[in-house]
Amino acid sequence: MNGPHDMGGMQCYGPVRPETNEPLFHGEWEKKAMAMTVAMGFTGAWNIDVSRSERESLPPDFYLSKSYYQIWIAGLQNLMLKRGMVTEEELASGVKIERAKEVKRVVPASEVPAVLAKGGPVDRDPTGPAQFSIGDRVRTLPLNPRGHTRLPRYVRDKVGMIVCVHGCHVFPDSNAAGEGENPQWLYCVSFDAQDLFGPDAEAGNTVNVDCWEPYLERL
Amino acid sequence: MNDKSNHDTHDHSHDHSHGSEWSDMELKVKTLESLLVEKGYVDPAALDVIIETYQHKVGPKNGAAVVARSWNDPDYAERLREDATSAIAELGFSGRQGEHMKVVENTPDVHHMVVCTLCSCYPWSVLGLPPVWYKSAPYRSRAVSEPRAVLSEFGLELPSETKIQVWDSTAEMRYLVIPMRPAGTEGWSEEKLAKLVTRDSMIGTGVALSPSEVSA
Repeated sequence: MNGPHDMGGMQCYGPVRPETNEPLFHGEWEKKAMAMTVAMGFTGAWNIDVSRSERESLPPDFYLSKSYYQIWIAGLQNLMLKRGMVTEEELASGVKIERAKEVKRVVPASEVPAVLAKGGPVDRDPTGPAQFSIGDRVRTLPLNPRGHTRLPRYVRDKVGMIVCVHGCHVFPDSNAAGEGENPQWLYCVSFDAQDLFGPDAEAGNTVNVDCWEPYLERL
Repeated sequence: MNDKSNHDTHDHSHDHSHGSEWSDMELKVKTLESLLVEKGYVDPAALDVIIETYQHKVGPKNGAAVVARSWNDPDYAERLREDATSAIAELGFSGRQGEHMKVVENTPDVHHMVVCTLCSCYPWSVLGLPPVWYKSAPYRSRAVSEPRAVLSEFGLELPSETKIQVWDSTAEMRYLVIPMRPAGTEGWSEEKLAKLVTRDSMIGTGVALSPSEVSA
C-alpha cells in the first residue's frame, strides 16, 4: 500500500536530530511496549509481515505524529482485535470479559533466551533456479499493490544492477496477505543515486535495496 | 506536523507538551499488560526476561566485538565477508533481527550507511534496539536521497571524494557497517579496540573514535 510509512525520498520532515545520551527507553511503558510486542509475536497468531502491514495501515495522521512504540502498541491492539483475541471493552478496562482464543504457544520466561537466540530465519529451499545473477541489469516493476509490499516507491520502475543473490526468502507480499510464505529469490539491487533522485543527487553515490524476484524484470 | 516526528527525539521527561500523552501511554500499556496476562497470552516473567535481554545483554557492544575481531584477525574478517551470520554467531551473537547478516566495510573511497525507509529494520543481535532517530521520519526519508546532508546532521563530514553507499533494509537481511580502523591503534587488543567502536559507526552515521577520544 502506498502509505505514510514509505518515506524514502520525502523532503518534508526536517533535519535529523540525534538525541545526546539517548536513553534506551524513554519511560517504563516503552519497555513493556517492546516486550509485549515481542512476546505476542511468539504466540504465532500472526507473522512479522502481517504485523508490519498492520502498522502501515494505521491512519496516516496517527502514523506520522506518534512515536514508534506508540505505533507498535496501536498495531498490536489492532492485530488482536481483528482476531477476536481481545475486545474494545477489554482493552479499555484491562479486565478479561471474553474467553481467550487458543494460541499456538505461550513462551515461558525460562525459554525466552533460547527463542530470542534462535529468531525466525526466513530463508527457504529454492523452488526453482534464480532468474538473475550478479552483474545483471534489471528494472523494478511499476507496482502499486493495495496490500503489503517491500518495494519502496522511490525504487519503482528504476534500473539497477544485481550485486548480491541472498537466496530464497519468504515473500512478504504473500505472507502478509495470508497466502502463505511463497518463497522467492531475493537479490540486492544497486541503484545509481542520480537514477533515483535526478541530477541533484550526488554522482557516484549508490542506494542498495533488497528486492524479491517478482519485483524485477530483466533489462 | 512536519516537526512532530522530531519531537520523539527529545527527552520526553522534559517535554511538558507530551506529559499527559506519556502518562496516558503508561496507563494504556499497564492496562494492556494486565489483560494479556489475565487472558494467558503472555507470561509476565517472560516480559521481564525480554526487557532484561535488550537492556543489558544485547546491544552495540556485541557489534563492537565483531568489528574489533575483524580488525585484528584477517581470517575472521574474511569469514565475515563470506558468511556474516555464521561468523557473528562464532562470538555468540545470533537470533531475532539478526537471522541473516551481511557486513559492509568502509574504505577511504566508500562509506556505507544503513537505513530502513519502510519501517525500522535494524540488526538487533549486534546493535540491540534502534535509537529514536533511526526510526524517525527525517532519517528514514532523507538517508537515501541526501545521505551527505544527513551525515552532516550527525557532525560527520566525509571527504568529498568518498562516495556513499546506502543500504535500505527492505528484506530480512540486516547490515552491519565495519568502520575503518583508526590510525595509531597498531598492536591494540580486541578489548581495547572495541571501545573505539560506537553504535553510530556501525550504522554508518559515525566513524570509529580515535585513540585520543577514549580515556585510557
